Amino acid sequence: MSILKTSALTKDFGNFTALDGVDIEVGKGEVYGFIGPNGAGKSTAIRVLLGILKATSGKAEIFGLDAWNDAVEIHKRVAYVPGDVNLWPNLTGGEVIDLFVKLRGGNGQSRREELVRRFGLDPTKKCRTYSKGNRQKVALVAALSMEADLYILDEPTSGLDPLMERVFQEWVAEAKQQGKSILLSSHILSEVEKLCDKVAIIRQGKIIETGTLRELRHLTGSILTVETKRLMPLLHEVKGVHGIREHQGIVSFQVDTEKMDEVMRYVSGFGVVRLESSLPTLEELFMRHYEEGGATQEQEAASHEQKLV
Amino acid sequence: MNKSLFNGTGTLMRFIWRRDRLRIPIWLLSFAVVSMVTAVAFTDLYQNAAERQAIAETMRNPAMTAMVGPGYGLDNYTEGAMMAHQMLLMTAVVVGLMSILLVARHTRSDEEEGRIELIRSLPVGRLSTLQSVLLVMFIVDILLAVTTGLGLYALGISSMDLEGSLLYGAALGAVGLFFAALTAVFAQLSQNSRNTVGLSVIVLLLGYALRAIGDIGMEALSWTTPLGWVLRSEVYVQNIWWPVWLTIGAACLLAVLALYLNSIRDLGSGFLPARTGKAHASPALQSSLGLAVRLQRTGLVAWAFGLFLIGASYGSVLGDLESFFADVEIMQEFLAAAPGSSLTEQFIPMLMSVMAIIGTIPVLLAILRLKGEEKNNRLEHFLSRAVSRNRLLGSYVVISLFTSFIMLSLAGLGIGLVGNAMMQEGLPLGVFYKAAIVYLPAAWVMTGLAAALIGWLPKATGLVWLYLVFSFTVVYLGALFQFPEWTEKATPFGHIPQLPVEEQNWMALAILTVIAAVLLIAGFAGFNRRDISN
Repeated sequence: MSILKTSALTKDFGNFTALDGVDIEVGKGEVYGFIGPNGAGKSTAIRVLLGILKATSGKAEIFGLDAWNDAVEIHKRVAYVPGDVNLWPNLTGGEVIDLFVKLRGGNGQSRREELVRRFGLDPTKKCRTYSKGNRQKVALVAALSMEADLYILDEPTSGLDPLMERVFQEWVAEAKQQGKSILLSSHILSEVEKLCDKVAIIRQGKIIETGTLRELRHLTGSILTVETKRLMPLLHEVKGVHGIREHQGIVSFQVDTEKMDEVMRYVSGFGVVRLESSLPTLEELFMRHYEEGGATQEQEAASHEQKLV
Repeated sequence: MNKSLFNGTGTLMRFIWRRDRLRIPIWLLSFAVVSMVTAVAFTDLYQNAAERQAIAETMRNPAMTAMVGPGYGLDNYTEGAMMAHQMLLMTAVVVGLMSILLVARHTRSDEEEGRIELIRSLPVGRLSTLQSVLLVMFIVDILLAVTTGLGLYALGISSMDLEGSLLYGAALGAVGLFFAALTAVFAQLSQNSRNTVGLSVIVLLLGYALRAIGDIGMEALSWTTPLGWVLRSEVYVQNIWWPVWLTIGAACLLAVLALYLNSIRDLGSGFLPARTGKAHASPALQSSLGLAVRLQRTGLVAWAFGLFLIGASYGSVLGDLESFFADVEIMQEFLAAAPGSSLTEQFIPMLMSVMAIIGTIPVLLAILRLKGEEKNNRLEHFLSRAVSRNRLLGSYVVISLFTSFIMLSLAGLGIGLVGNAMMQEGLPLGVFYKAAIVYLPAAWVMTGLAAALIGWLPKATGLVWLYLVFSFTVVYLGALFQFPEWTEKATPFGHIPQLPVEEQNWMALAILTVIAAVLLIAGFAGFNRRDISN
């Protein structure tokens, strides 16, 4: 049975369509990555799932209950960390954590102390003195110290330092072992790649790709890095080749799986010196979708640059 | 002094003007228009010297002195003298409020939100932000003085000459400048904008109260606040200018102090200590109601204290009022016109209606706090947990209703306890208390209206403030200017029986309560079906 499911979920703000027929499904014990750039609709989808926004049409269900009508019932078993944590400036972090835990009806005292220690948070400071990262820690400690069946995390590490990011990733691994389900929205792709079983890519309110990482990679094809004796002048005209990048005589490009045979045949005609094949990273997958959507050449170049360094 | 401390001030001033390009002109226009309309109303109402003189006689009592300040030129009560007597102080208080809100907005609020940090990272002097705010306020106050002054002069009322009109405007502008500089100091002392506004408003209201006590007896107290000073300029009577210069001088000293404090502190810090707090929440905090109470606790206690103080200051004049009426024969004849109640008693409902409307301000603040929480994106902490929307809105409604009870009770007790201590023949405390508490249904209607707006028109919750201002205008000024009857009936406060002079009217109270309940239910229904904005 799926823990969280939306079908044809649509949300309009006036004339603007923020979500356009979104289908996602998170199974029990799954860590589900929800990726897309700022403004693509990730947070809107999450806020509809939490019953904070009312869907214009379509269905959003958690634990088989309606996200809008049964919000209170659902939230007893859900923990949420917002991406942008706004707290009350005149309360301490400790007070806020206790309040949040209590509001969900839980009692997470023992885990609270442990998490406060692991995240290195000073709970006696007023929230107004906290940096973005520390406010995020407050929300994380409050969410993670409670027993929940589903964790909804909206860019939970966007303000954390690498050490804290690792603490968070350790926690996700533990939670996954215990069979918890997690919806993790992020634009830190390496994090999603490390943690998630399944991924959905959202663009302008539409889900444009969804599946396990393996499936996605298979769909997309591989990255070939080739060094040949002679130049390959017409490589860009070969079908199934994308994102060609040359660096000191070494050419790398993406190849669609179904065109691999033809591409290999073309390449072998130029005297292969060295050939490497690798699966694309999530970042490469992601960039490819966005390039098709008209992203700038610059971004494309940047992504490949990173890979070669 | 290092010139680079003030680098970029001009650009920042234009930036402030750009941000407030509507706000400031609306304030300025309101002052000019209200002043001019009032002056015209006075000339229409009292068409000859005899009529004006008759009204002057009713002004010769401590209650009026406490409320609007000492009357100058009561022997020759021209339109000008009337204007300066009845309007200058009240307008000055609102001008002070304008300064406080504008300055806090551009100093500590911006700093708290981290916007000043952005500006400081540019090639801008360390004192430029504060200096630009002060200079803008200086210009605003000059504009205020000129527009209001020339506006009054332009009416062509013979007793309102050019010098007097300019002095009237200058007095307002000087008070504005003083409170602008005062707020700038508090913005350095306190670490957040709420305390900045809170402390400044306390000084403003305390000044009004001290001056009230000072003007009816202990004159020294009137010298503790510029509100007391500017009244001594005897506008349109003697036209004395030095109180204006004194106020401006004091404002300059405060401005220099603010700049000094700003120069020796770190960005984001304040001089009032910020202590570390508890690591754990007390049981009282651990619910949506508990949090709502906690967030507003300080503010509500301050309001409660303030309401009691206002009640007490009105009460303190009742004794003088009593002996004053006893002395004046004309008054005793006048007294016969309303059989069954003494003149003191006749003053009670008028004072109560003013206090009830003031007491409704914290009532509305309490419920509208929910809107503030929504705007700051903090409601999702509740709605993403096991808290229903009914519970959430309910918490704030409960506090609002409870506040109405506390505020009206304290206002009634304040006037009753102090009044009885001052009067020879006191009234039973219950008379005062009932006269105050009878306004509860009116306050509830306002709570209901706020809830309905939160539910259905969350962007327009400001309308409820407009309605309260309208209520104040028709209830307080309506009697003075003889507005048509229906205007008073258009506000819930106009339907409340005027105890102890009028009969108790349970029907009116019941109808108001039902209206409040219907509005509340509508509010809950709307809140349950709308998006929470972010």
